[in-house]
Amino acid sequence: MNPIDPPALLIGCAAGFSGDRTDAAGPVVDTLIARLAQGRAGQRAFLIFETLAERTLALAQLRRRADPAAGYEPLLDAMLRPVLARCLAHGIRIVSNFGAANPRAAARHIARLARELGIAPPKIAVVAGDDLSAPEQLALLRREFGTRMDGIRLVSANAYIGAEPIAAALDAGAQVVVCGRVADPSLAVGPAMSHFGWRSDEWDKLGRATMAGHLLECGAQVCGGYFADPGFKEVPGLAQVGFPIAEIDAEGRCIIGKADHTGGLVSEATVKEQLLYEVHDPAGYLTPDVVADITDAQVEGLGPDRVALHGVRGHARPSHYKVNVCHEGGWLAEGEISYAGPRAEARARLAADVLRERLDGLALRVDLIGALSILGDDAGGALAATPDAGLRDIRLRVAAAHADRAQAERLAREVTALYTCGPAGGGGVRTTLTPRLNTLSCLLPREAVPVGFEMIEEPAQ
Amino acid sequence: MSHDITVPLYRVAHGRTGDKGDRSNISVIAWHPSLFPLLVAQLTPERVAERFRHRSPSRVQRFVLPKLQAMNFVLDGVLDGGVNDALNLDTHGKALSFLLLDMPIDVPQSLAPLLAGDAPS
Repeated sequence: MNPIDPPALLIGCAAGFSGDRTDAAGPVVDTLIARLAQGRAGQRAFLIFETLAERTLALAQLRRRADPAAGYEPLLDAMLRPVLARCLAHGIRIVSNFGAANPRAAARHIARLARELGIAPPKIAVVAGDDLSAPEQLALLRREFGTRMDGIRLVSANAYIGAEPIAAALDAGAQVVVCGRVADPSLAVGPAMSHFGWRSDEWDKLGRATMAGHLLECGAQVCGGYFADPGFKEVPGLAQVGFPIAEIDAEGRCIIGKADHTGGLVSEATVKEQLLYEVHDPAGYLTPDVVADITDAQVEGLGPDRVALHGVRGHARPSHYKVNVCHEGGWLAEGEISYAGPRAEARARLAADVLRERLDGLALRVDLIGALSILGDDAGGALAATPDAGLRDIRLRVAAAHADRAQAERLAREVTALYTCGPAGGGGVRTTLTPRLNTLSCLLPREAVPVGFEMIEEPAQ
Repeated sequence: MSHDITVPLYRVAHGRTGDKGDRSNISVIAWHPSLFPLLVAQLTPERVAERFRHRSPSRVQRFVLPKLQAMNFVLDGVLDGGVNDALNLDTHGKALSFLLLDMPIDVPQSLAPLLAGDAPS
């Protein structure tokens, strides 16, 4: 028995973060085209790319500051070029947040790409409203944050907006919808709202489509990516792991599968892990579209690489948008040096003692990579409680943050000085200095954040 | 008479870590429905908080999802400020699921055939 009603809407996802594989989209699009060819009348397909994490947008804003034509996903061209012509030829519409800090420039890039490929110019819509860096909106944020915004060097301010402007753009005939900061699952909810004609208060349908979008939004993570653990969780063909395709019906119910002729696997276990990924209270997964509720959710394996999601509910959406404000946050300094052979761990520990004494005034994190590193704590309590085990291949890593660049740079100099002034046999020094970003969050009432879309008109060639 | 054996949690369950700000969530999903009650009984929020004591959690919440044979642990304050502030190489705390999955769990001998992986020789 088919747990969803045909004809299903097909939504493939070809990226789960900025920097994801650019060869992911090809097999997804090939599979969508094959399904459309064998599918029922009225079947439609979409391709989404999710490329924005919390920090990605602020980094994009910094690139835009340096170059007004930049600030969108740097891999946009590499992601779209292999598939744009085929998508447009087969009626597969594309929705993505790869517009990042400059959706308009991304839209222009896509129009240019279409010209280069010699295909008819697609109708491209740009979703607007998430960027709150205009003076009147900053004034609003200042009222919200009070003195917390005093003295900060602002980088970006964005609201997590929802699926409605995406759906409106698709209703208006857009073939490509370019967004900035929309909630990740909204990339799938927008196409479903438009395709099935849902109202924005059909909470159960929106809740189900939101969790379908949630399963899609990290790309390969639902298809055996980020899952393998040899001897316990085997994943076939991990090097060629496929990206997911959801079949969604008019009630929002979904089946998760993946691109044909790819590696990886979609199983009850992979779907459960991704369903709970970055979820807090399962009864209240908050998005701008709906409060999704997976308290009674179930997964059901239907066959190879096909899993149905049941039992998701939805409740009325929050009255406010979540807003992230990113600002400059000083400097992160990191340095590493290796010790090997007899007493390597003792020599690495002595090097750490030297650095602690030399770098007074910096709160130093110390890792002994090979003994204890990422499971430790910044304050060093876990390391202090871990006795020297006589390990013979240790990489010492130290890190510190400081508002003042000159103070942070001291760390790099002292780690480098270990070459001649530290314990015996240290080698392989690497140091980095990275500007940091910090985030403030607040909630703004929806009516304070007008959202919409604009169709980009390109002059005929 | 059936005796309990003690095994690492990863033989009973699998899971994944997610992060938002200074909050980590770790799912724990039973490999078999019959193993799930062991998790609910033994993997209490108090025990998980103790496991993460060196990370100074300000709060540990447990959400039980019987229909998924899963639990979701939400740990506040364990990421040294989160992705923007932590000095850890793993600022997201991506590896923390494996700290949890290494905890010892007592399993009745009768359920041993349901455990993942081979018993250590």
